[in-house]
Amino acid sequence: MGLAKRIIPCLDVTNGRVVKGVNFLELRDAGDPVEIARRYDEQGADELTFLDITASSDNRGLILHIIEEVASQVFIPLTVGGGVREVEDVRRLLNAGADKVSINTTAVLNPKMVQAAAAKFGSQCIVVAIDAKKVDNQPFEWEVFTHGGRKATGLDAVKWAEYMVSLGAGELLVTSMDRDGTKIGFNNPLNKAISNAVEVPIIASGGVGNLQHLVDGVKEGGADAVLAASIFHYGEYTVRQAKEYMAQHGIEVRL
Amino acid sequence: MSTIDIAVVDYGMGNLRSVSKALEHVAPTKNVVVTSHPDDVAKASRVVFPGQGAMPDCIRELDARGLRTAVLDAAQNKPFLGICIGLQMLFEHSEEGDAAGLGLFKGSVKRFATEDMVDSQGEKLKVPHMGWNQVYQHRNLDANVHPLWHSIEDGARFYYVHSYYVQPEDDNIVAGFTHYPNRFTCAVAKDNLFAVQFHPEKSANAGLQLLSNFVDWSPN
Repeated sequence: MGLAKRIIPCLDVTNGRVVKGVNFLELRDAGDPVEIARRYDEQGADELTFLDITASSDNRGLILHIIEEVASQVFIPLTVGGGVREVEDVRRLLNAGADKVSINTTAVLNPKMVQAAAAKFGSQCIVVAIDAKKVDNQPFEWEVFTHGGRKATGLDAVKWAEYMVSLGAGELLVTSMDRDGTKIGFNNPLNKAISNAVEVPIIASGGVGNLQHLVDGVKEGGADAVLAASIFHYGEYTVRQAKEYMAQHGIEVRL
Repeated sequence: MSTIDIAVVDYGMGNLRSVSKALEHVAPTKNVVVTSHPDDVAKASRVVFPGQGAMPDCIRELDARGLRTAVLDAAQNKPFLGICIGLQMLFEHSEEGDAAGLGLFKGSVKRFATEDMVDSQGEKLKVPHMGWNQVYQHRNLDANVHPLWHSIEDGARFYYVHSYYVQPEDDNIVAGFTHYPNRFTCAVAKDNLFAVQFHPEKSANAGLQLLSNFVDWSPN
């Protein structure tokens, strides 16, 4: 027995509400973030991830209040991402009660920001989110995309992962943009390639439609943690059911 | 000035909100103060000594605020709980940045060795050791466990995030251990002091129980 594989429900938050879209489009309301966070905690979630997808900067401060509220009621690790541009944004989120901050587009635009944030607050709280898509116009298999999957960067996702870890990323959140919202399962070859390339833990994200996908993410994709949103938000499965299923399939989980 | 029931030592390294929120949750009637003043640490009834980031930075910032004496004094005289780097700093030396610690305990702080990081199925184990692992409680010859393990199942899972672990010279201070993949000391205890490598403030019910046990603890 040893370290458990983690199950991380993800809450996409905009204007103070949890929403879920398909391929980053068509957002549907899924409820109140604090209420949902408490429910997942009671079900045995190992960690929670909040992605602030608020478009308008007017409402971006809302996430800080949500995190403060959740952090005073839920005592498991909280990761927050979305719109993190400066080291100062990282500090604000940590002070609100986040344990880790996830950096995505800014890592591509300004890799030194990842380095500065890791040097200041420690690698343990710096997650780099990598949105990758399979491409056939490059000398590599998976390309990094930014801006919610709209902008190609020309970067090899596996090489990029290694570079981010060398700058101080303590964990990588790998999202397959081809799979996100499709419910056909994680992109396990992508996750495996990145997991093999780096020493830090990776979180698999994008495409979960059933509990077997979570098992495959660990067994085939080499993920240290699996992230899912819609299968939990609409009550298809509870976190506990997911963990029991994984345990039945030989994966060590915290029950 | 009101009395301070629990002082959380703040030396500018990272987020202490989680620690203070969790203490307030288990002890709503206690006055929990996050402080960087040696006087507050000296007058508090109990002291929590957390830590995040790199140990050399933690020691430097601790000294920059003149907290070393107050922390060492508290560690030897009143209920004291070290967390994460707050455990590591109690030892003589760390491989991280080749730094000297506070030297309260003999022994050193080591990094997980890359060549050892394979599980029983041959799968690569990641560093940092991040996530929920099982904590085994050390029993003394009378089969008693430390009061801070009260109502916590032996082998309960706690949340970890670290790349270094302590290696005490004195086995008698070991209060708990975890495997990753080799056995390492995750808790030490001596008289009024208890210190852990994991994060009780992020370990759901098991962690809250440990913090509650600390708040109720009356060491001899």
